Amino acid sequence: MISKWFNPYKLLPWVVTCILLSPVLAIFLNAFSFDESGSFEHLLNTVLPTYISNSILVIFFVVLISIVFALPCAWFVACCEFPTRQKLQWILMLPLAMPPYIVAIVYTDLLDYAGPIQLALRDWFGWQSINDYYFPDIRTLFGASFVLALSLFPYLYLLLRGAFLTQSAGLFQAARTLGLSPYRAFWRVSIPLSRSAMAVGISLIAMETLGDFATVNYFAVHTLTTAIYDTWLELGSLTTAAKISSLMLLALVILISLENYSRRKQQVYQRNNSGSTDLRFHLTGWKKWGVLVFTWSLLCLSLFIPIGTLLYYAVHYFSESLNDRFLNYTINSLWLAFLVAILALLVALTVNFYKRLSPGVFAKSSIRLSSLGYAVPGTVVAIGVLIPLTSLDLLLNDLLIQWNLSPVGLIFSGSLVILVLGYLVRFSAIAVGSVDSSLVQVSPSLDLASRTLGNGPAKTLWRVNIPLIKKGLLTAFILVFIESMKELPAALLLRPFNFETLATYVYQYVSDEMIEYAALPALMIIALGLIPFIVVNRLLEQKQ
Amino acid sequence: MSIKKGLTILLAGASVLTSSMSFAAEEVNVYSYRQPFLIEPMMKEFTAETGIKVNILFAKKGLIERIKREGQLSKADIMLTSDFSRLALFTEDGLAQSVESEIIDNNIPSKFQGEKKQWFALTSRARSIYSSVDRVGPAPNITYQDLASPAFKGKVCMRSGKHPYNVSLLASIIAHEGEAKAKTWLEGLKANLARKPQGNDRAQVKAVKEGLCDYALTNSYYLGKMLEDPKQVAWAESVHINFPNQGTTGTHMNVSGVSVVKYAPNKDNAIKLIEFLSGDVAQNMYAEINYEYPVKPGVKASELVASWGQFKEDEIKLSEVAAQHKTAIKLLDEVKFDL
Repeated sequence: MISKWFNPYKLLPWVVTCILLSPVLAIFLNAFSFDESGSFEHLLNTVLPTYISNSILVIFFVVLISIVFALPCAWFVACCEFPTRQKLQWILMLPLAMPPYIVAIVYTDLLDYAGPIQLALRDWFGWQSINDYYFPDIRTLFGASFVLALSLFPYLYLLLRGAFLTQSAGLFQAARTLGLSPYRAFWRVSIPLSRSAMAVGISLIAMETLGDFATVNYFAVHTLTTAIYDTWLELGSLTTAAKISSLMLLALVILISLENYSRRKQQVYQRNNSGSTDLRFHLTGWKKWGVLVFTWSLLCLSLFIPIGTLLYYAVHYFSESLNDRFLNYTINSLWLAFLVAILALLVALTVNFYKRLSPGVFAKSSIRLSSLGYAVPGTVVAIGVLIPLTSLDLLLNDLLIQWNLSPVGLIFSGSLVILVLGYLVRFSAIAVGSVDSSLVQVSPSLDLASRTLGNGPAKTLWRVNIPLIKKGLLTAFILVFIESMKELPAALLLRPFNFETLATYVYQYVSDEMIEYAALPALMIIALGLIPFIVVNRLLEQKQ
Repeated sequence: MSIKKGLTILLAGASVLTSSMSFAAEEVNVYSYRQPFLIEPMMKEFTAETGIKVNILFAKKGLIERIKREGQLSKADIMLTSDFSRLALFTEDGLAQSVESEIIDNNIPSKFQGEKKQWFALTSRARSIYSSVDRVGPAPNITYQDLASPAFKGKVCMRSGKHPYNVSLLASIIAHEGEAKAKTWLEGLKANLARKPQGNDRAQVKAVKEGLCDYALTNSYYLGKMLEDPKQVAWAESVHINFPNQGTTGTHMNVSGVSVVKYAPNKDNAIKLIEFLSGDVAQNMYAEINYEYPVKPGVKASELVASWGQFKEDEIKLSEVAAQHKTAIKLLDEVKFDL
């Protein structure tokens, strides 16, 4: 009996889940403590209803726009043949390297009443004031959603493309033989088969949107995160902030569980991922041009225009923004992102294989729970991480003093340990999600075969499963790496003294709206995020 | 990747982790709500004079919460803020300690000190109203109250009401006129805005230049900062700076300030730093580099700032303004100012 409970395959995933969950739990516990300030009632009677509806609308629009961007792109690239397709399939992932708060600044600057585009229009047409013409206001809920979608849609694209590629082409062919047009076959076969990828992608995007503060705030759109920051930082009521955070999480958990429940009987396994070229639709004429215009203009909006603008600033403010500490910050950002990405992969493997080895409610909830941190605003995660780690530090120092040893200070919360944990809490969801979605496609019959041939679970994992989901693992690594490069709020609050990442360095200028001085380091963040994409792409191409 | 390779990487990571934990002998640790590039020149000078190394941790949100959690183990010696309300919260939470120093007392007038000397203001800035050169001209008699009068409909631009500078202004109006009048004022102001509150102080000046509005509520030092910037100089030249309420209560001043943390491990160095920051050298630098008003009597404002003219400051006690901080936030919610 005891040996059954101390089985490391079962214990480890729970230890990991508990560590990742502890900050969220700390926040949750705070929500139930007594609050005498009455802040929650005050909010409820004033601005909270607007904040809630804004949050829901932003998520709705971001998801909708992301689908409009990602779904066609994924299908064109996976199932059609047209010029530049080879390049597009990985270039379309690159917008992920763009920090949304930077894209937000670029677009508000460009499209603002006082921005260059409206200035030029007024110049050309001789308009005098805002009353002479109509121009959509960028600082609106829709503007914010659009910009968020520009940098988030690649998540969905990535997962959908993967799903389309690994879907058995035979099913699609069969649908065609049975008389469906390509269009209808797409809707009735391809889409339902990719539902799991769609769900994972959408929930990643929804969680990231829900947790966002910097971008929506920049657009003067007020959501639930605004309420959290106001109550906690201005009114000093952590309890109210925790209450709102908890409500947000609860809504999210319910939504995701519903989606999961609705496809509980659905199982899709990959057969062969041949994806051979001759099965692709060869596009010609207006279809070809339509696809080219759609995909490349999307890239212009999400990639080329923001990078171009930053390059312009970087050149004009080059001497002001170049300094000797650059290299230092770059190295900090790089190894931190690398370390977090590796650890997130380990977390993802642990919880996912637990689910595979002993499927059940517990395994599923461990996956779900380990991902919760992703939907919590960065600064709240940061405080959530501070609560258990500072308690641990205080406890440790008390013990040392009791044993007549010299106290060691804040070895967890005052070092980079806390920063790494903060990142893990925020970004494990991405790794867990992408490993999950590639692992479910590996047929369990392969595991069974391996076990029948005498391999233990560990060996099966190492020799059978991991090689089969190599691509999923690489994707998970890159995604976490890039998110960590961009991460701002947790880095800002949790870093030790004199430790800067590129993102925190950019922020000190951006927070004073001196984007020109931050352009060079911002470009560096983007460039470093692009490198792993390009390297991995090369590796994969060489193998083909 | 081989296991050996993986281990090497992990070990390399671990060694970096531990290396960042070692500190030099003589140092002072600063938690700062102000951007490092604004305070680095003074800190460099301090290190050059005393040999004490200054470690800075900058964030815009949550530093107080971090100190609270770190408790007696916190390495923070000094809390540096760009507004007064955070200092007040910090003191209210019992995280600051009283400081006895003759030098500081000589440098900083008592109205810029906390009652129990738990906080000190280092610089002050006027919450001024910029007016368009083309469409308005100078407006020396303007008041904050004017901004809410019907004549100003559609002519005013400002940043989020929740920004500490605006909260502080609103709190001072509550302190002067009471909550009910302040609320009427806030509603009138909201009705007069040319656009929903957005952007920072500089962006409001830009909007005046482009003709979106005629008046912008902005801190004084931004004018100096904008004149330095090749792109923004045109914005700065399109506005006059006015110091409001000259005939009545005087112009509202917000301050940047400093507190010594309750459990400061390097308390002596922390006091030395405040003595330095309130002294002639640093006060001069604040004036010349950041265009702020020095708090130390006898230290002159920069030539540019002085050219904007003498004016009457609101003499209300900072602690009275701070007491209205939470009421101000609630009023902003009640009139849905930012929405």
